[in-house]
Amino acid sequence: MYEQMVTARYYEERLQEEYLVGKQPAFDISAGPIPGELHLAAGHESSGAGVCIHLRDDDTVTAPHRPHHIAIAKGVDLKKMTAEIFGRETGLCRGKGGHMHLFDPDVNFACSGIIAQGCPPAVGAAMAAKKRNTDSVAVAFLGEGAIDQGGFLESLNLAAVQDLPVVFVIEDNDWAISMPKDRVTDVEDGSRRALGFDMPGERVDSDDAVAVYEAAERAIMRARDGNGPSLIEVQVHRRMGHFMGDAEAYRPEADIERAKQRDSIERLADDLRAHGVEDDELDEIRERAHERVDEAIAWAKEQPEPDPSTAYENVFTNPPAQAATDGGANTSDASSDGDEGGDQ
Amino acid sequence: MATESRDFTEATETDRELTMSRAMVEAIAWEMRENEEVFYMGEDVADYGGIFSSTTGLLDEFGRDRVMDVPISETAFLGAAVGAAQAGMRPIAELMFVDFFGVAMDQIYNNMAKNTYMSGGSFSVPMVLTTAVGGTYNDAGQHSQTLYGTFAHLPGMKVVVPSTAYDAKGLMHSAIRDDDPVVYMFHKRLMGLGWMPSPPGPKTGVPEEDYTIPFGEADIKRHGSDVTVVTLGLHVHRALDAASQLEDDGIDAEVVDLRTLVPLDTETILDSVRKTGKLLVVDEDYQSFGVTGEIIARAAEGALDDLSAVKRLAIPDVPIPYARSLEDEVNPGTDDIAAAIRELHE
Ligand SMILES: Cc1ncc(C[n+]2csc(CCOP(=O)(O)OP(=O)(O)O)c2C)c(N)n1
Repeated sequence: MYEQMVTARYYEERLQEEYLVGKQPAFDISAGPIPGELHLAAGHESSGAGVCIHLRDDDTVTAPHRPHHIAIAKGVDLKKMTAEIFGRETGLCRGKGGHMHLFDPDVNFACSGIIAQGCPPAVGAAMAAKKRNTDSVAVAFLGEGAIDQGGFLESLNLAAVQDLPVVFVIEDNDWAISMPKDRVTDVEDGSRRALGFDMPGERVDSDDAVAVYEAAERAIMRARDGNGPSLIEVQVHRRMGHFMGDAEAYRPEADIERAKQRDSIERLADDLRAHGVEDDELDEIRERAHERVDEAIAWAKEQPEPDPSTAYENVFTNPPAQAATDGGANTSDASSDGDEGGDQ
Repeated sequence: MATESRDFTEATETDRELTMSRAMVEAIAWEMRENEEVFYMGEDVADYGGIFSSTTGLLDEFGRDRVMDVPISETAFLGAAVGAAQAGMRPIAELMFVDFFGVAMDQIYNNMAKNTYMSGGSFSVPMVLTTAVGGTYNDAGQHSQTLYGTFAHLPGMKVVVPSTAYDAKGLMHSAIRDDDPVVYMFHKRLMGLGWMPSPPGPKTGVPEEDYTIPFGEADIKRHGSDVTVVTLGLHVHRALDAASQLEDDGIDAEVVDLRTLVPLDTETILDSVRKTGKLLVVDEDYQSFGVTGEIIARAAEGALDDLSAVKRLAIPDVPIPYARSLEDEVNPGTDDIAAAIRELHE
């Protein structure tokens, strides 16, 4: 768990460096080797690690727009994920998904960048597990800003009424972009929403990684044992802007400082030391993690850009024969490099 | 209802240039000062001033009662805008990215768009739904669509797509004063954001005073005699670039900026096509069943005998991909437009 957390933190630090390449001095979102938006999760690590450590490859996880720490903890292929973030051909999604839309069927991991919309598919995965009589479970992660969405509330109800093996994990970092929690909800403890659906709800502090681990264990075992869904809210911290390039003018200085002072990773290291783990061992774990991350990033950067012609692939798994004429004619128009055939 | 347009030439000759976002905000602020019933709500519209600077400075002037941050619950707040509008207020509600319409589409197309009709005209819904559209910065399938056709296809909403600061301000005044729901779609790449540089075109002269641009009046952004290019939004600027590239080759393209999709100015399109005989339609939305097909159908219905060649460029029916090489491939670029014009001209 410590290793996953350290990996996630260092991964985000390295991504941040790489993201800023080509975007300075004047920040231009479309410049540099990593284009598009980038949402980093520094301060969320113990929630991803503390939950996913209880999961197997056949358990499903759906993540929101801030997915890297969860993906790492779930065991998503780090190299391919990095190549995807760099928009490369060998990326998890062949360069089509990008950082908010990572899909790894090997470990049953998926994302959605639309708020709360990962919840219904997690319910579906749990439904499949129940129908097939397996003991696999599904976990949907989402931010506290997402819990006002119908997609979340409807999912809680469906999971509850059908006793499905699904766990909802709210990562409460107090902010939804520029909107502080108290401006958008009167209920400070998001886990209380479980009450309305007659399922267990529990709130824990991410600073205490062990508490996250234990709460997640209870919820996931309950689901695995066929006792239905539960809800966990983890108080995390957003140590950065909402996305890279967010100047956070709306966020009082003191709050940022406070968020930076509390750190689940340091606290877990202290706990481990208190339990007799040697510094050498912790250093070793950290070095191993850093090496793995550096290797993934170096590998990703060497990967080729996708060939433009692949833009037309994967719209369907089973492309209709007619697409060859329709899309094809259009394809050759859009990509033509000279001999225009004209429209048909 | 939209009032008269000011003389365009005189207006654009002002030497005060604004970005498109500043021009939009200026119109909103003017209407809010003038009419207590106008208010703005959306995610991150207060302190942040809108992710794409669509509300910069409004909170300072009007306070939280009239510039409201709302929970991330589009069904609730877009539906609430419908309710407030039916109660006679003039809400402006922002859907941060058009791609998020899915979570609230019922409120948009079953209530906002249909209540006037279904009530036999006894209710009107005088609201504006503002929303950001467009790609070109590699944000992938859920954040880069334009979806012009989706909103224009479903009856009951007027659909506005400005391409310059001048148009953005005049169309916003018209939108807020209109008694019907107006979907006001602004392209991120045209807003003049520090972090997403615009091409030079959208920053134009903008008069200080209020003025309206009537809906249903396309604007000929470049006069030409050889080929008609009909387009909107970002692609107005790409088409203008393509047209000026072709000048040296003696090809004289006319660029028609639709400005509003509902109502659509068929006359201007037909007049242009009758003159040039050749039509290219360029759209950043998906190709099939969309704007390109609609424009070509109208041209065929109204001026078939005058047409000698037709072509369209749009997103070729694939979701918007993330990687730069892939997005560039599917989003019609200046070179694609120039090549298509050249082909039509031959
Ligand atoms: C339906 C929908 N509405 C709005 C957005 C834009 N958006 C992306 S992230 C975000 C804030 C999310 O806050 P929260 O759920 O608390 O997660 P955090 O970013 O704090 O991790 C918003 C409003 C979206 N992606 N989808």
